[in-house]
Amino acid sequence: MTISTRRQLLASAAIIVFSRAAFGHTILGKLPWRPNEVYPPEPLGSPGWHFFTPGEAATVDAMVDRFIPADELGPGGKQAGCTVFIDRQLSGPYGTYEWLYMKGPFPADPLPSQGLQSPLTPRQQYRLGLAALNAYCRGKYDNRAFAQLDADAQDKLLDGMEKGEVQLPEFSARMLFGTVLANTMEGFFADPIYGGNRDMAGWKLIGFPGTRYDYRDVMQNPNKPYSLPPVGLKGRVSADRSPT
Amino acid sequence: MTQRLPAKDVVVVGLGWTGSILSYELARSGLEVVAIERGPWRDTAADFNITTAPDELRYGIRLEMFLRPAQETVTMRNTPEQRALPIRRFGSFLPPNGVGGAGMHWNGQTWRFLPTDFVIRSHYAQRYGAGFLPEGNQIQDWGVTYDELEPFYDAFEYCAGISGEAGNLQGKIQPGGNPFEGPRSRPYPTPPQLQGYAQQLFAQASAGKGLHPFPRPSANISTAYTNPYGVRMAPCTYCGFCERFGCANYSKASPQTCVLPALVRQPGFEARTECEVLKVNLTPDGKHATGVTYIDTQGQQWEQPADLVLLCAFSFFNVRLLLLSGIGKPYDHAAGEGVVGRNYAYQTGSGSTGYFGEGTHFNPFAASGSLGVAVDDYNSDNFDHGSVGFVGGASITCAYTNGRPIAYRPTLPGTPNWGSAWKRGVKTMYNRAMGVGAQGSVMSYRDNYLDLDPTYKDDYGRPLLRMTFNYQPNEQKMANWMADRCDEIVKAMGAQQTRIGHLGVPWSVVPYQTTHNTGGAVMGTDPKTSALNRYLQSWDVSNVFVMGASAFPQNAGYNPTGTVGALTYWSLNAIREQYLKAPGPLVQI
Repeated sequence: MTISTRRQLLASAAIIVFSRAAFGHTILGKLPWRPNEVYPPEPLGSPGWHFFTPGEAATVDAMVDRFIPADELGPGGKQAGCTVFIDRQLSGPYGTYEWLYMKGPFPADPLPSQGLQSPLTPRQQYRLGLAALNAYCRGKYDNRAFAQLDADAQDKLLDGMEKGEVQLPEFSARMLFGTVLANTMEGFFADPIYGGNRDMAGWKLIGFPGTRYDYRDVMQNPNKPYSLPPVGLKGRVSADRSPT
Repeated sequence: MTQRLPAKDVVVVGLGWTGSILSYELARSGLEVVAIERGPWRDTAADFNITTAPDELRYGIRLEMFLRPAQETVTMRNTPEQRALPIRRFGSFLPPNGVGGAGMHWNGQTWRFLPTDFVIRSHYAQRYGAGFLPEGNQIQDWGVTYDELEPFYDAFEYCAGISGEAGNLQGKIQPGGNPFEGPRSRPYPTPPQLQGYAQQLFAQASAGKGLHPFPRPSANISTAYTNPYGVRMAPCTYCGFCERFGCANYSKASPQTCVLPALVRQPGFEARTECEVLKVNLTPDGKHATGVTYIDTQGQQWEQPADLVLLCAFSFFNVRLLLLSGIGKPYDHAAGEGVVGRNYAYQTGSGSTGYFGEGTHFNPFAASGSLGVAVDDYNSDNFDHGSVGFVGGASITCAYTNGRPIAYRPTLPGTPNWGSAWKRGVKTMYNRAMGVGAQGSVMSYRDNYLDLDPTYKDDYGRPLLRMTFNYQPNEQKMANWMADRCDEIVKAMGAQQTRIGHLGVPWSVVPYQTTHNTGGAVMGTDPKTSALNRYLQSWDVSNVFVMGASAFPQNAGYNPTGTVGALTYWSLNAIREQYLKAPGPLVQI
């Protein structure tokens, strides 16, 4: 069992066999850790898409580049690795909502204050939602997919989805819009170890220094600009650049 | 088939702040103590390592260290007529899982409630008349006074090394502290944390309005400290990864940094993790607990007999265990009778955001979970409520707890949520926005309560807890009045533009608000209106004590942990000095 898998199991109510005790895990007499015992996140893994089809990846590339366009302020969402980030998140535990309460019934008319009440996992939201978006585009824009529209048309469509003015066939436009926008922002600002925020583009945009973990100097010098470059969990370098 | 284990003196359910303190103190007294915790063991060196701890996505967004709703959640509705649905993804509050409990991933804001908070019903009746209290309220005095709790607040603060500036030392008001606080027997164990530029502006502006700013008491400590248990802490580095994270610096007080290293060395102590208690077992007459039944990670059930059962889980889960075990009369909303599940309360959040001019460098990433400058002029009954027409109040604070950018991306009002205009907006305002927030009290009401859900169940087939909660008109009025006070201060600080944040109604599970869930197994003086007596002992089953914020009869305008800690030491003192010498009810009725 790999370390990270072990940690995922430990934190859940999953079934594990321990050799040290007949039941659960017993702590007696001393603290149960060893020096240098750490649990890093899952690595990005092999190059290529782990969840997306090439067509889905092209659609998401186009969306993340409208949400965060490349401009004079810096790289866009695609260049910053947001699509890779989303692909890897969907292929991991986030993609199936395995940590969430997903037992039914799922009534069709929840109160807005009751929050998430859809049985659709993020994987299903992307698979069904991107297909619905492209079906809509092909019907409305001369058989072109979302990625083949010009930037103005893409912006208009996304704006309509955000406002609830666009109805996709058999999928909630608002759900797709909200999920992709939220995941794009996660990818742009998460540690580069997850495949997004490449070259710390997100952190550089706003001046977030990352994981420096010691700002006593800042506290002692109020209202001064912070000049050190950002660092991530792997230091000053970004994660490997798979898969594109 | 359930297998029976050898008996212990004490079984502790949940190994967070309250469970670890009680385990240590009772094991030290020579008792055999077993603590049963459903989540994993967690330790600074392995689990909050500096090479993995500052990871916003993993811990702050995906919530790796919290309870997962797949394990257990609660169902929710705003009013008793509605159908409750499960909280499928935690949002408004984040219940803990694992050793350390919420004391591992808290921000560390460590308050004492005010003397009037403990006698709120009688105090308001005396000052404003009994008719002043809001419709449908079930506000109650606590059955314990500030003066009685003071030595135990002191014990918790010295266990945790809290950093702060005393405002009232043995009745003498101290410069720079909170002049409204109850008298302290001695100063805080460590001096206050450093404050940033926004807090300096807030201190000047609020003092200019005749208010009384002081540094917020912090469990992210300012200097190295060794607590009475011999456990050592290191100074905070203002890394900005406190709430939702474990501290890699041994700077944030937690069971890990303050208790566990001493606790595991106690020969009479044993912890069993990844084991979930299913119920407290009772004798056939229901009047005495014989221990607990728990299930391990292989699905095997075990009976752990014990003379004394201490429920130390997070507030909801104490209440649910009482209901599932048949301890105490469940609250019946329709009849207005019963006590278990009664008086659930929460916290209000409101305030104002200020947007400042070019050349401002607030550096929000340089922060700790509990630095900040606060004023208490509008809390509890520190001001005349006669003219404002509501009960309760709020602590008002200017603070950054972090600048982590997945969640913290301020833009001017009216800025789009995406596109180049958003990019410009967030680049401009990340370093120039700041907030002043009011954390307010929530009173107890007949219509806000907990019971068992009729539909939704956990993996073991047990009903989930059902929450019926909404902000009542009194809380809306109070919180929105406080937002206006915050806005006045932000304007006086020199903001070019402000945005008032009113209380969100109806209460929604979606945006994060606070994990200050209180009540449901409240303490008091009358078994008809409280599940526990003033020593946190069950009225019905005298060898069961229930710790935590579930004992609050209503919530005050502060974070709960300081009072949770004080009540733990208060109850411990009663267990040691009275109960163990003569087991049985500590209060006769």
